[in-house]
Amino acid sequence: MATAAITADRTNYLNQEYGIKSWLLTTDHKRIALLYLLSITFFFFIGGFFALLIRLELLTPAGDLVQSDTYNKLFTMHGQVMVFFFLIPSIPAVLGNFLVPLMIGARDLAFPRINLLSWYLYIIAGVMMLHCILTGGVDTGWTFYTPFSTAFSNTKVIEAGLAIFVAGFSSILTGLNFVVTIHRMRAPGMTWSRLPLFIWAHYATSIIQLLGTPVLAVTLVLVVLERALHLGIFDPTRGGDPLLFQHLFWFYSHPAVYIMILPSMGVVSEIVPCFCRKRIFGYKFVAMSSIGIAVFGFLVWAHHMFVAGISLYSALIFSILSYMVAVPSAIKVFNWTATMYKGSISFATPMLYAFGFIGLFTMGGLTGLFLAALGIDVHVTDTYFVIAHFHYIMVGGAVMGYLGGMHFWWPKISGRMYPEFWGKLAAMIVFIGFNLTFFPQFVLGYLGMPRRYWQYPPEFQVLNVLSTAGSTILAVGYILPMVYFLWSMRYGKIAEENPWGASGLEWMTSSPPPTFNFDHTPEVTWEAYNYENIPAPEEVAVER
Amino acid sequence: MFDTFPLWPARASTTAGSVDALYIFLVALAAFMSVSIFIMIVVFATRFRRRKGVQAEQIEGSTPLELTWTVIPLGIFMVIFVWGAVIYFRERTPPRGATEVYVVAKQWMWKLQHEEGQREINELHVPVGRDVKMIMTSQDVIHSFYVPAFRMKQDVLPGRYTTAWFRATRPGTYHLFCAEYCGTMHSGMIGQVVVMEPAQYEAWLGGGAAMGSLAANGESIFQQLGCSTCHRFDTQGRGPNLAGLFGKPVQLEDGRTVVADENYIRESILSPAAKIVSGFKPIMPVFQGLVSEEQLSALVAYIKSLNQPPAGAAATPSLLPGTKPQQPKVQ
Repeated sequence: MATAAITADRTNYLNQEYGIKSWLLTTDHKRIALLYLLSITFFFFIGGFFALLIRLELLTPAGDLVQSDTYNKLFTMHGQVMVFFFLIPSIPAVLGNFLVPLMIGARDLAFPRINLLSWYLYIIAGVMMLHCILTGGVDTGWTFYTPFSTAFSNTKVIEAGLAIFVAGFSSILTGLNFVVTIHRMRAPGMTWSRLPLFIWAHYATSIIQLLGTPVLAVTLVLVVLERALHLGIFDPTRGGDPLLFQHLFWFYSHPAVYIMILPSMGVVSEIVPCFCRKRIFGYKFVAMSSIGIAVFGFLVWAHHMFVAGISLYSALIFSILSYMVAVPSAIKVFNWTATMYKGSISFATPMLYAFGFIGLFTMGGLTGLFLAALGIDVHVTDTYFVIAHFHYIMVGGAVMGYLGGMHFWWPKISGRMYPEFWGKLAAMIVFIGFNLTFFPQFVLGYLGMPRRYWQYPPEFQVLNVLSTAGSTILAVGYILPMVYFLWSMRYGKIAEENPWGASGLEWMTSSPPPTFNFDHTPEVTWEAYNYENIPAPEEVAVER
Repeated sequence: MFDTFPLWPARASTTAGSVDALYIFLVALAAFMSVSIFIMIVVFATRFRRRKGVQAEQIEGSTPLELTWTVIPLGIFMVIFVWGAVIYFRERTPPRGATEVYVVAKQWMWKLQHEEGQREINELHVPVGRDVKMIMTSQDVIHSFYVPAFRMKQDVLPGRYTTAWFRATRPGTYHLFCAEYCGTMHSGMIGQVVVMEPAQYEAWLGGGAAMGSLAANGESIFQQLGCSTCHRFDTQGRGPNLAGLFGKPVQLEDGRTVVADENYIRESILSPAAKIVSGFKPIMPVFQGLVSEEQLSALVAYIKSLNQPPAGAAATPSLLPGTKPQQPKVQ
């Protein structure tokens, strides 16, 4: 058993100051990262609770657990909470906030106070969303499709729209901060070609946040104005066009998928080299594929609208462009796999999550090929096939990467090791639970079960029962890490400066780092992932 | 085995088979790719697991390999793109001479009307082997007409017509779903498509109450609303002559030329000022809010029927003043 040794032989960002004020008024990027960690974890469990209720309702074909209106609110708020209050801020605002300055050898982000402002905006948005949920909620689907949202729904559309509007500015400010920081604050010698791929991924993500999110803000304002003042922008009886909304919405919300997945790819690009003791295969290609995804990601939005009433020829264009964006994702998967070749591979928890990410993201990506094929999309769009596909990307991909990153950098964040046995166990449970939850949904979708159905024909029941069973396993897999992370903060083994023997500047300062990160500004004279010069750790600390 | 644990819905239309063929190809491709990557990971993880005294070999990367795994996937993707596009093209191009069914969707019900005049709710009867074109609109929010057995789905929008078509191949009863979330009873907005042998279908058609064809219904609305006072079947009317209009290009006052399709007719009834035909004055009153979607469907069907020459007569390019409009062709 671990002995609870409370040794703080030097000050770090955690014990520099005490008291609630020192947290709420901090401008330290690491403390803000922890504030974000607490807040997004809170919303993750709210969104997860809605998901469990959805799965429980779908256990039987009849609508019997909740009312249909309640069900519609559940899937709407599950989507809104998970997308805007968990997935989009998840890796950038927590791990990105913590690591971007550390990885490039800076003392903080370029605008520390704007960084705190973006957390406060997130909290204001979160409180608005919570208020909306607690006082009746919203039932438009997370997509807010008009004219349902603007003229027919009797729920709190305006409040939810404004909450997401505010959350969007939090996201824009984080992106802005990262872009400026990565451009201006790199340590001497940290050239673009020496940047960790995590930084490249966050750079690409930040560009999407900066350029895409304002469009979402505009769109939501239009919805709010249309609903409040009946302007007629989306209302066909006043000469408006409901499809205009879909174009505007997906112009942001498709790139937003890359806001969620790119940072995860960045995490995996750090974990795989570390546990293979190797430079990543094809550094430049992995870096450039992030930029490629960010650019092409803006050109594929109407693939959400192949049956919505767009013209035949624009459908052809958006189909072919969607295949273009699949290429850089494929390049990444091949490079991660090739990195393992002739490596010296160990299987600590972060690596298990990286394996899980590669497997699930590959399946998510491959099923994306189905959806980009026009003839197939007509049949499977708006069915459970789409649900399964994007959960493989956004849960199988993004959340696996987030958890992998949390385990990888937990020693740096907390100064403690998590229990390795429980970590591995949770990783396995998440992988199994995830597949059991979402794989049956591919079959359900091809069989024709539409999404957002409160009741369904009885022939779909067997697959729905499997999916619900999987979701309970998945829930255990998500609760476990929260429990042992909390446990480890007190009882975990004290982490060394660099427990994994990883490359990267963040490992060259103490765990947890001091408030200003480095005692001396580091000078970089080596390439990224120089694992030939870093000895592997003796044995990954096993905590029992 | 597929009866107890099916992997795809019944195949009951001419496109179902081709969609499934591409699907099966993609499943095979996806299985091959994910299994290959899985095997590679397992093999590498075993062969190159950490051992005492064995160092990793540093490999920078390989441009030829990168190009290989860029170009080959791209090539495969292009094949899938073309294959999928060909199916889509066929699905989206209704054949000439298809029987038309007018669909009006509303929260939470499907209202369908056949050319012959039969009305149905949440149920569509069609014969095997006939092309059927759906002309659809919504009274309120966006819905989506989805028949999994036909692999056919099309969103149904308020304020415009969207179309879809199919040719059923197998008698049976199939699910009709609303696939676009539309509010409280979205999951209750379901129905069935009954595919019948042609003889049975004729019997079913004959069994309904005789209420006249959709076009005939449209004609009486045309008279009631007074359309016929201006839209005369000669060159003397204050509005354009509508005989033979459908499907033809129309020269507009602002110089544009548009094709007179269902959406053009719809718009010209509801908000006539949007597109003024060259040589005419914008004097037609607005009918937005004055005609129901069902009446609009009937009017559109009537105006389309004016393209058919009168039964028994040779093509008559221009009718004499005062001539009664032709009877619509009954298919």
